[in-house]
Amino acid sequence: MSGPVLLLAALLVPATTALGVALFAARPNLREAVTLLGAATLFLVTVLIARDVFSGGRPELVLAEPFPGVALALAVEPLGMLFALVASTLWIANSVYSIGYMRGNDEKRQTGFYVCFAIALFATMGLAYSKNLLTLFLFYELLTFSTYPLVTHKRDQKAIAAGRVYLLILVSASMLFLLPAILLTGLAAGTFDFRPGGILADRIAPWMAPVLLGFFVFGAAKAAVMPLHRWLPAAMVAPTPVSALLHAVAVVKAGVFVVLKVVLDVFGLDYLEATGAADWLVFVAAFTVVAASVVALFQDDLKRRLAYSTIGQLGYVVLAAALATPASTLGGALHIAAHGVSKITLFFAAGAIYTAAHRTKVSQLDGIGRRMPVTMAAFTLGVLSMIGLPPTIGFASKWFMIGGAVSAGSAVAVAAIVASTVLNALYLLPIVWRAYARPATGPEHGEAPWPAVAALAATGIGTVLLFLFPAVPYELARMAVEARP
Amino acid sequence: MREHAPVLMVVVPLFGAVLAALVRRPGPAFAVALACGFAVAALAIDLAVAVSAGGPISYRLGGWAPDVGIEYRVDALNVPILLLLGVTAAVATVYARRSVASELPVGRVAWFYALYLLCLTGLIGIALTNDAFNAFVFLEISSLATYAMIALGRDRRALVAAYQYLIIGTIGATFYVIGVGFLFLATGTLNLSLIAERLGEAEAARAVVTGLAFVLVGIAMKVALFPLHLWLPNAYAYAPSFATVFLGATATKVAVYLLFRYVFSVFGAAFVFEALPTGALLIALSLAAAFGASTVAIFQSDVKRLLAYSSVGQIGYATLGLALGNAAGLTGGLVHLLNHAMMKGAAFMAVGAVVFRLGTCRLEAFAGLGRAMPATMAALTVAGLGLIGVPGTAGFVSKWYLIKGALEAGMPWLALLIVASSILALLYVGRLVELIWLRPRPADAAPVAEAPLELLLPTLALAAATIWFGLDTRFTAGLAQAATVGLFGGAR
Repeated sequence: MSGPVLLLAALLVPATTALGVALFAARPNLREAVTLLGAATLFLVTVLIARDVFSGGRPELVLAEPFPGVALALAVEPLGMLFALVASTLWIANSVYSIGYMRGNDEKRQTGFYVCFAIALFATMGLAYSKNLLTLFLFYELLTFSTYPLVTHKRDQKAIAAGRVYLLILVSASMLFLLPAILLTGLAAGTFDFRPGGILADRIAPWMAPVLLGFFVFGAAKAAVMPLHRWLPAAMVAPTPVSALLHAVAVVKAGVFVVLKVVLDVFGLDYLEATGAADWLVFVAAFTVVAASVVALFQDDLKRRLAYSTIGQLGYVVLAAALATPASTLGGALHIAAHGVSKITLFFAAGAIYTAAHRTKVSQLDGIGRRMPVTMAAFTLGVLSMIGLPPTIGFASKWFMIGGAVSAGSAVAVAAIVASTVLNALYLLPIVWRAYARPATGPEHGEAPWPAVAALAATGIGTVLLFLFPAVPYELARMAVEARP
Repeated sequence: MREHAPVLMVVVPLFGAVLAALVRRPGPAFAVALACGFAVAALAIDLAVAVSAGGPISYRLGGWAPDVGIEYRVDALNVPILLLLGVTAAVATVYARRSVASELPVGRVAWFYALYLLCLTGLIGIALTNDAFNAFVFLEISSLATYAMIALGRDRRALVAAYQYLIIGTIGATFYVIGVGFLFLATGTLNLSLIAERLGEAEAARAVVTGLAFVLVGIAMKVALFPLHLWLPNAYAYAPSFATVFLGATATKVAVYLLFRYVFSVFGAAFVFEALPTGALLIALSLAAAFGASTVAIFQSDVKRLLAYSSVGQIGYATLGLALGNAAGLTGGLVHLLNHAMMKGAAFMAVGAVVFRLGTCRLEAFAGLGRAMPATMAALTVAGLGLIGVPGTAGFVSKWYLIKGALEAGMPWLALLIVASSILALLYVGRLVELIWLRPRPADAAPVAEAPLELLLPTLALAAATIWFGLDTRFTAGLAQAATVGLFGGAR
């Protein structure tokens, strides 16, 4: 199949999945089969596109042209390819897991859940492949609105309140900052297209560059750079598969993807390095990394602790982008994959514990490693990756990011990464220690339903496999960073 | 026959009104209204095609020359408005039958259609005529019909609302006609093109400035430009649902068109913006509307009133585009007239469908309606997203041009204020959407069925248009751009 057809398929498959799921609302088994089939097909399509990318192809597709000269168009490049691969791979794992979790917990409105999930993937694919800033903005907003019903899935007062915070922060930030930044960029650069090496070099006043970068970074509040991070802990009221979607598959990744994409293809590394326009962001990102890790230390609620961990991990990517060196940016791009597969494992495990043992707090996890051995083994792998220890992929991405920080000569960045690594260990390892070293309490229970266990085992092993065979994400990240006009 | 299309656009609904009043029975009166709606739409499309092929059309009523007689003129600027009026008349009239039948006593239905057609006549006339005094006559025709339509609302407060509008509307019309008097004094003609020509010599004369001021204030009242908007929320809230749909989609738009016409074709942007602080004033008032009215909308407990306040705010965007005065701003302002008509039309139709089913449009009545009336509520949600300006909807297109206009005019702070005001829309739409989709129906609530097809189809059509024209803007933005080019006298 040719490139444009595959690109169209990457949008149509999740869209059709959403329709199919809605169609089979009354027959749950068939409905879930549609989701699994959709996820598998999307993965296949994505792999085919990736094969094309590796052989040098850069397929493009124009969808519509709302404004003269500014089209809604898709164009594949390595960074987006990496994001699309991560999202479509994890969608399979998440779908399998969802079946176990949603049925295991007798959740209501499951059809709506799967429909919105598929729409979110639709938005993610569009975002990952967007050719220009307008397309990116469209799918970015669609991702927000399609995940809103998921965040508020429980429909109780708490979920509705969380939904308000979620929408208000994400939409307001994108309208207030991202949209003006996009239009300013387009008017200054004369194009809205992403181009390797950037489009803004020498087209804006020197004092404008840091401001504009700030508008992009805070406009993409999905990257959860402090102080615009509050929506992420609030969204923890959602069912675990939704948390996995938010933290690993799509939503926060969309935020850091926008930041990386803007740094690479709007500003350009050379321009940022020459002007120092991103220097201030190093401090903000470093603060976010350390502060989020400190807050995570004090969270007893497991999912909240993981949520603050995510904010810190996203901070790494933003920090890597702000350093604007090839090595750090490569590490940042790689970290999209690393954090995705690791954090989804941790959330899967948290959800499995909730399903099997109805426990949500760290202090309740004594001895759970013996009752849920597979879950906790996977959890441990996720923890290692989160801290950045071998043999997991988290080690590789952190390696490049530290290397970038050193080569950029940024003491702040190095210090922040080292300090937060220690903090990561401090807030994650005690959970593992409790699970294995302490005696178990409470009524007897086993593992969660098998689809959930299978999914988390797969992603747990994934952290190791990616460490052993990092070729695909590494090459994509390298190509993204090294691409020049 | 075809060369008489301009006058037919006025004559058809005018005679339709008489006919509807004569037949007296609801069924035939509706049939007349429906036929007129589609005829007007066909004529508008015909005129649009003719103008795009052969340039402006000048039609002399009775064959009199423009300096003594009345001239109708169709050009790139009023083609979008005529299309808006025609298409709205066609789509909305389909919606009218069941909605009107459920809200008005049988004896008044035929009168209502007569009034509606009169109002349509007036609005089309304002858009068509190139004569300052003739525009006043049509303004009065549409206003008088509107007062009566509002007064037919079943709530007794409708009478107060109509009375309020009557007072303010009459003051506005008086201002306008006094302004026209001054212009006649200064130029000796009532034909807008001729006034524009002769103003060149009379410019800066005190009479012209006074005339301009009176005309602008008079029109501003009909526009419901903040702070002259006080009549609108009550009028929209208490009028029969169909009247709200029609007026919400068309009435203020035609007044904004008249503003564009006077500012750019008659007085000229140079005179209005450079000789007088009109630009700064208009920007300030538009922003006050966008922020003030949208904030008030957040706290409304009646959905029609909520949407009415939203209208005042959204009109602010159209006048803002006018005040910016550059190509992108004008395109944004003009295209917003069309886009807002679709979005608000869809929204008011959806609310009208709720009134049809539940007999109320109190906010709490919307709780859990997403389950009971999914299609209607989906249309309302899409319209709401459009009002926020979410990309992929028509509202985003307007906002894009307005922000671009503000940036190109060297006013980045204005761009930021425009996007900041969308957050208010997010709040009032979000409040409604949350109630519709996330809250349960009250346990004691009677079961509700989806709206009947006659109400649902036009609603869905406008909601679909909101999305379609958010992605494919060749038609809407194309019309607006053509009009903008016309306003700049082909300079750009």
